[in-house]
Amino acid sequence: MKKLETYGVKPHDAGMKADGQKWSIMEKLLLGLTLDQYIGQALRNKLNWFLAIIFAIGIPVILYRFVFSLGAVTHSSYDYPWGLFLGFGLFCMVPLSASGFMLGTTVEIFGRHDFEPIERLALLNGLLGYFFAVVYLLVDLGQPWRLSYPMVYSFGPAAVLFLVGWHVATYLSVQVAEVSTAFFEWIGFQRGYDFIRKGTVGLTVSGIILSTLHQGALGALFLYAPGKVHPLWYSSAFQWIHFFTSSIPAGLCMVICVSTVVIYTMKWRCDQRFIDNLDRITISLAKGAAMGLSTYLIIKLIAVAHDNEWAYLTTGWGIWWLFEIVGFVFAPLVILSYAIRNKLVGLCRIGAFLTVAGILLNRLNTALITFNWQLYQEIPHYLEFIIAVTIFGIYVATYRFILARLPILYQFKSQAEK
Amino acid sequence: MSKITRRRFLAGSAAGGAALMLTPAQKALAAGSFEGFPEGMGVLVDFTRCVGCRTCEAACNEEQHLPEPAKPFDDTSVFDEIHHGQKRRPTDKAYTIVNRYEPKDADKPLYRKIQCNHCNEPACLTSCFVNAYKKTPEGAVIYNSKVCVGCRNCMIACPFHIPAYSYTSVLNPVIKKCIFCYDTRLKEGKPPACVESCPQQVMTFGKRKDLMKIAHERIKKNPGKYVNHVYGEKEVGGTGWFYLSNAPFEEAGFDVNLPKKPIIDNVKDFLAIVPMVLTIWPALFTGFHLLATKGKSHGHGDDHSHDEQEGH
Ligand code: SF4
Ligand code: SF4
Ligand code: SF4
Repeated sequence: MKKLETYGVKPHDAGMKADGQKWSIMEKLLLGLTLDQYIGQALRNKLNWFLAIIFAIGIPVILYRFVFSLGAVTHSSYDYPWGLFLGFGLFCMVPLSASGFMLGTTVEIFGRHDFEPIERLALLNGLLGYFFAVVYLLVDLGQPWRLSYPMVYSFGPAAVLFLVGWHVATYLSVQVAEVSTAFFEWIGFQRGYDFIRKGTVGLTVSGIILSTLHQGALGALFLYAPGKVHPLWYSSAFQWIHFFTSSIPAGLCMVICVSTVVIYTMKWRCDQRFIDNLDRITISLAKGAAMGLSTYLIIKLIAVAHDNEWAYLTTGWGIWWLFEIVGFVFAPLVILSYAIRNKLVGLCRIGAFLTVAGILLNRLNTALITFNWQLYQEIPHYLEFIIAVTIFGIYVATYRFILARLPILYQFKSQAEK
Repeated sequence: MSKITRRRFLAGSAAGGAALMLTPAQKALAAGSFEGFPEGMGVLVDFTRCVGCRTCEAACNEEQHLPEPAKPFDDTSVFDEIHHGQKRRPTDKAYTIVNRYEPKDADKPLYRKIQCNHCNEPACLTSCFVNAYKKTPEGAVIYNSKVCVGCRNCMIACPFHIPAYSYTSVLNPVIKKCIFCYDTRLKEGKPPACVESCPQQVMTFGKRKDLMKIAHERIKKNPGKYVNHVYGEKEVGGTGWFYLSNAPFEEAGFDVNLPKKPIIDNVKDFLAIVPMVLTIWPALFTGFHLLATKGKSHGHGDDHSHDEQEGH
């Protein structure tokens, strides 16, 4: 892409061409390049090759799972019914996608329009994260074709998972609506754009409700398993609050991480507004994340005090817990605070990556690593790893495909410049 | 855009959303307070009588049309089987199994039959999002495999590690567990196959409340023989099958730290906040929005950020 710019080719970013003609869909899909130019740049991109290798191995494995059953790609454990697909795919992807509702709230509800340049990225991050959480779920469900049963056919309303299912489904549609404004701009459907924009506040408020509940509900799912999750990661009074509060820094930091990757690898797609504002916004997001992290840290400690679990801290699991809390909650908190005070954007980013890693560790700890701590440690089947990585690869590819086209990182113009 | 339309949209969406999700939440709270059926049947299992002959395993296998096991039912080497440091557990091909334990102060090994305990307030039932499980008035916890989606939440929830999953099935993997021989026997008031087959009369079938009395009488009449505890009387809200033992229950592989309250009680606090969030949040955040944007010339981000577009 960079090379093409030096040739003077500009990517598609407006409703009409410089000469006043409309773009065709094909031209839009090719970013305004010719087919040869497009293929040329795609082949030069190393990430494409890397993804191609992952897909070459992983997609057959996914097919293998559907042809030969779950038993063929997992250890078929009765004691660890939830493996990597849910442990990583559902429990990690969802908090990391909390960005959508948080930035939506900031901009639309609190009127903080200074966050606007990043709002769409946050919304897209939310949408894709949820969408792929559902993809992971489809791979994991024994009978994915029955996915709609809890919605239309057989209700189990006492179940927390029922709530999660309903909320994720509803919220997914809310997010599709939110992100669709960018899509309507891109295809040039002004009426649809106006229609959705009118409902933005309503959509955003329903987003907040649904998010509060299902982020918490993911934690509440483990309330069914007292005694299976290690007491340090389990708290009957605070579990849902832990999951909800930690989703705040998770979502914000995920946006920082994605924007970091984007600014280093897809700078051609960012407009000046995005580039100029990013440093300022990164620091503001870091502030929000630091606030969330400190709240989370305090509630974590309160939970330990509440259930009087200090004695566990001297055990092996206690050391593992301290490693998570000190290394991935307290340390990023210190880093972020220092970086915010001294306006160090790079350090904010390091703090953000650490926070995201901490969320991954926490969710995996709860769902897999400390689960059944009194029984034994399950190490997922290697094919499970391959499938999880492949789906993540598809997620990255989709993410990039959309970022390259829709007006997420740039503002859509009515007519291109010469 | 006028204020009216925005408000109307808001009110509409919030009310619709609330109505949609309040109903399940309320039902959930109601369903959570289910106390079990007073006339339900149960089984009293007395480990002091069990000799580990595995006749009950064979009877269950036949009654439930389960596949032939890898080792025959008279092979006692299964007692030495260890997977991941654990003894055997019920699977999708064996709804009940007998394990051998060596309690510290006992002169002979203790044999323990394991199957679904048919809890009064089953965790599996309350965790299932398609409501596949059902506690019948007769006391059995059965399930409808036609609606099972395969999320395996019930396996997470069951405090006794009972439900198993037929992972190897491609088109119809479902949950598998002991059903108290509901279809073939319990429905007609007959004792389950495993109970009837046992040559040692380890298991007594009857009304749960009558059996509970018998259990306590046995403890009282035989001082020193049993530990003074009926496992399953109170655990997780009480179970339909409960146990007497001569050795401490933890030495027979039981989880003695389970709460006395049903598992669903843990979750009720969370379910209780659901209607609260649904009703308070919309008002709260709409209020924030109106406050935050009051007095600003552009109530909406869009009005100025996409100025260039207006010409269309
Ligand atoms: S023992 Fe487990 S599977 Fe059986 S009723 Fe109780 S919770 Fe359900
Ligand atoms: S009650 Fe029936 S299904 Fe359950 S273990 Fe006994 S024989 Fe098997
Ligand atoms: S049939 Fe009776 S004695 Fe034999 S193993 Fe089963 S419960 Fe024990």
